[in-house]
Formats: sequence, structure tokens, C-alpha cells
Amino acid sequence: MARAVTTRHKTIATIAAWIVALLIFFPILYTIITSFKSEQEAIAGFNLIPSGTLESYAAVEAQSGYFKFFLNSVILSLGSTVLALIVSVPAAWAMAFSPTKRTKDILMWMLSTKMMPAVAVLFPIYLLFRDAGLLDSRIGLTVMLMLINLPIVVWMLYTYFREIPGEILEAARMDGATLWGEIVYVLTPMAVPGIASTMLLNIILAWNEAFWTIRLTTINAAPLTAFISSFSSPQGLFWAKLSAASTLAIAPILIMGWFSQKQLVRGLTFGAVK
Amino acid sequence: MGNIVLRNVHKAFGATTIIPDIDLDIADGEFVVFVGPSGCGKSTLLRLIAGLEDTTSGKIMIDGRDVTDEAPAKRKLAMVFQSYALYPHMTVAKNIAFPLKMAGESPDVIDKKVKDAARVLNLTNYLERRPGQLSGGQRQRVAIGRAIVRQPSAFLFDEPLSNLDAALRGTMRLEISELHQQLKTTMIYVTHDQVEAMTMADKIVVLNAGNIEQVGSPMELYKSPRNLFVAGFIGSPKMNLIEGAVAAKHGAKTIGVRPEHVAISTTAGDWKGKVGVAEHLGSDTFIHVQTEEHGTINVRAGGDTVVRHGDTVYLTPDAKRLHRFGPDGKALG
Repeated sequence: MARAVTTRHKTIATIAAWIVALLIFFPILYTIITSFKSEQEAIAGFNLIPSGTLESYAAVEAQSGYFKFFLNSVILSLGSTVLALIVSVPAAWAMAFSPTKRTKDILMWMLSTKMMPAVAVLFPIYLLFRDAGLLDSRIGLTVMLMLINLPIVVWMLYTYFREIPGEILEAARMDGATLWGEIVYVLTPMAVPGIASTMLLNIILAWNEAFWTIRLTTINAAPLTAFISSFSSPQGLFWAKLSAASTLAIAPILIMGWFSQKQLVRGLTFGAVK
Repeated sequence: MGNIVLRNVHKAFGATTIIPDIDLDIADGEFVVFVGPSGCGKSTLLRLIAGLEDTTSGKIMIDGRDVTDEAPAKRKLAMVFQSYALYPHMTVAKNIAFPLKMAGESPDVIDKKVKDAARVLNLTNYLERRPGQLSGGQRQRVAIGRAIVRQPSAFLFDEPLSNLDAALRGTMRLEISELHQQLKTTMIYVTHDQVEAMTMADKIVVLNAGNIEQVGSPMELYKSPRNLFVAGFIGSPKMNLIEGAVAAKHGAKTIGVRPEHVAISTTAGDWKGKVGVAEHLGSDTFIHVQTEEHGTINVRAGGDTVVRHGDTVYLTPDAKRLHRFGPDGKALG
């Protein structure tokens, strides 16, 4: 009896999970479907079966040159992630292993900057970029993306580092490890899963960032977010082309996310203590 | 060598004094157990010796060398932690090899020493596994293996068995004692379990609120506790402590009598009482007797003793084995 109830619960839960997942995924799925339609099909109304034409993709590529935007997206997301890690690993490290009375306050203060609407600082930042000659430059945008994601990166790394048991570091000290040995042989290998998942998340966030990337770029540094938006306004609404552009823009990050699922879920420290 | 001397060692965290002022001498090859209730400062004392905490004042000397300000690694001590503190990303072999690698030993020497340690600790078949794939007892053995390969001048154990179940704890207790017989290296062992202290130690250091209450061999502490705290802490079941007229009759504020030194009879004796709970262990029977004048008295009787809840019994303490304590809690001569 009990088992029958459990099985039924499981089935219901599974079905519910699928429904929710499909609901969330549906807009993306419909975008992909629409990208394989002609413009006539696309405006004709709701239809789940496309004709399978690739004309939108061909048109999008011919019109704007997908590859340049793609390359910018890669440079911006990877560059900002590397920069963010260089700054935040030592920061999180210090806060996790040598906390002071003010550590929590600093963390909260950093996070509070994320609570402010980005548009509130659009003008000052725009003017700063203009005066520094950083508008539409990859360097400027890389720094910008690094800065907006920094609070989250520091928080994530801090949480991961905090989970490394202090006794393991003490054991290393007893075993004769110098500070450098402790960092190289014990801390870093244990922190790698945490650093890797933080890195992946930051790449995803930077890849999808649309507010600053669209406003601070025109041509040279424009990433895929700008590529998509270029299809939404100037020539009226071309649903199929817009969908094709969107699909092309999200495909790389979707594929990366799919293959790195395991990295995103980590559990290496399990078994170290108790 | 593993001669450890503490002189006026004092430790405070801010305004809170954990260890007031301690002097202690540990001879080479001794198995010393620090025992005391939670929060008595025993782990802190061990960590001070290890160098994981800095002393506020005082001196720590190992083999005549002042190590008070030396880093843990330079003190030539090895430590086994309560949580084992194994490196989760390394195999058993690499865990054991780690201190050797840090010491810059050659791969051949490392390999040989790791294999020797694994053989001694029955870990040969597990060398390629990770800590996560081992049982609690095996992990504890890896932690010990990591400690012994360095051939330290002393081993420090911080409640190493408290995460294990009772049966395994018994086995590991024996294994550690045997290891001490084999290696004849100084061992300092921290525990709150007085049974571990009694069974393993050459010398027990009883701590309470950072103070050393008494230092001595297990039997010295059992036979001549210096004060009420030690009398109540050492021995299982606990010593019966009685105050009032009976104590005054012996010229003391409090008298103590161990459960095994109280005779029980159904016909005649000094103190009359009723049986509360009787715990039959097979080899022994622990009887809790509610007496009219002295409250609950615990009695340890033979395994065949048959008494039932509510039976009237008479207790007679062994007069030669009474412990007398003055108003200040100190034993009277």
C-alpha cells in the first residue's frame, strides 16, 4: 500500500515537473521552431510544425555576419570572466579564511550594488565611457561586464571556500606544507569545482547581458545580444529572421550549459570530513 | 625523542581566559591523555602544543628546544584530527604520501614508506581509493598513516574516535595502543571519555576549566583522587559522594565511595534503601539504590546478583576504601 502511494506520488511529481519544465522552455522551443519557418508562415499564426526552410538563417548571415558578433560575445564573456576571477578569487579567499568583524558588511555592501537598477547609472557610466574613449570598445565592455557580475562571483566563491573545512588546512600545515604548498596542493584542487561552476555561471551571465552591451556598443564591440536587437527594429517585424538570429545567439551557450551540467553541480568535498 | 615541556602556558581569546597557567612535563615515549568535560580547554592545550594556536604567554619546549613561536610544521609533530581531515581530492596513497612530499623526499622513499604504513594499518588494498569511498574506521587509519610516515617526535590525537560507533571505537582504541607499543613514540591524546583515558594512558592529565586538576597514572587517579572533581570524573559508574552526618563522622565534609566498594545485602547493613533501576550487563550488575538518608547510591555487584525494582536492600561501604574530602573539595590525607 505504502509503496503504491509512493509510486503514485512519484508519477504525479514527475508529470508536474515535466509540465513546469516545458512551460519554461516553451518560448525558447517556439523561437527555434519559428526560425525554421518562412516569414509568411511565421506571421500566419500559431503553428508547431515548421516547413523546415533555412532561408531565415541564410538571410540573417548574409545581412549581418553572425560570426563577428559571435566572436565579440566569446571575447567579452570569457574576458570578463577571467578578469572577474583574478579579482574575486583572492577577495573571496581572504574573506573566507581570514574573516574580520566587517567581512559580512562588505559582502552585503557588494551585493547591495546589484539591487540598484542599472538604468540609474546609465548616464554617469555612458559619460565616463565617452570621455575615456571606451564606447564601442571590447576592453571597456569587458571591464563593464566584469564589474556588474563581480558581486555575484565573489559571493559564490566565498560560499564555496567557506565549505572547505578549516581542519584540512590545519592538517596540511601540520604535514609541513608552506602557505604556497597549502594553496597549490590542497586549497586550489578542492576549490576547483567551485571556481569552475562560478566561471560557467559568469560566462552565461555575461553572454546574456543585454542592457550594457546594447547601450555601450554600435558595431566594433557588439556581441550577439546587439545582433538580435538589430533584427527587432529597423526593418519592421520579421519574426522568422528574429527567431533565427535568437537561436544562433543562444545556441552556443545552451550547448555549453548542457555539456557542463555536471560541473555546475559539484560534490568533491563530500567524504572529507565525517 | 619526544620530550615536551610546558612552562606557565597561558591562553586567552580576547578577555576570555581559556588556560590560566599550566606547567606540564611529558617524558619521551609516554602515552599521555588529556581528559575533561567539554570546554575544559583540553583541545586548546593540544592545539597550543601543535602550534595551531599561539600562546598568549609562557613557553613550550620540545626536546629542550623552545618552539613557542615556531610554525606547526617545524615542531616535528603529527596530528590526527577528530574529523580525520583527509584531503578529499587525493587517493589514500597520496594522502599518506603528502607529508613526505612536502618534506621533499624522493619518490622511491615515499613509495616504500607509504607501502610500509599501509601494511601496518591494513590499508594495502585501499591505496588507490579516495577518502569518500572509505568507511569511518578506514579513514581514521588513513589519518594515522599520514601521521606515522613522518616519524614525528610525538603524535597528537584530538578526540580521534568520537565519530566512530561504539564497537569500532573499541577496536581502534586497541589499535592505537598497539601502535604505541610498536613505535614507542610520545603520544598525546585528547578525549572526554574517561574509559579511553583509563585504558590507554600511561599518564592522565585531568583538566577542568583550563586548570590541571591532577596528573597521574590511571590507577593513581582511581585510587587517590586529589579532589572532588577528579573523584567524580574518573571511574565508571561514578563514585558516590555523600555529605552530612556520615561524612562528619569520618571527619570530612564529603566522603566518596566507589560503586564497586559498596556491599549489597538483603538482610543487614549500614544504609537501608530501595532498589530503583538494576542494569544487568552480564558480567556486572549496576544497581541504583534509593537510600533513606543519603539519596541515590550506585552499587556495582556481580553479574549473578538478582534484585528487583522496589526490593529493600542494605548497603555497607568498604571503610578502608572511603575517600575523604574537606570543605574546599580537596582530599584529606
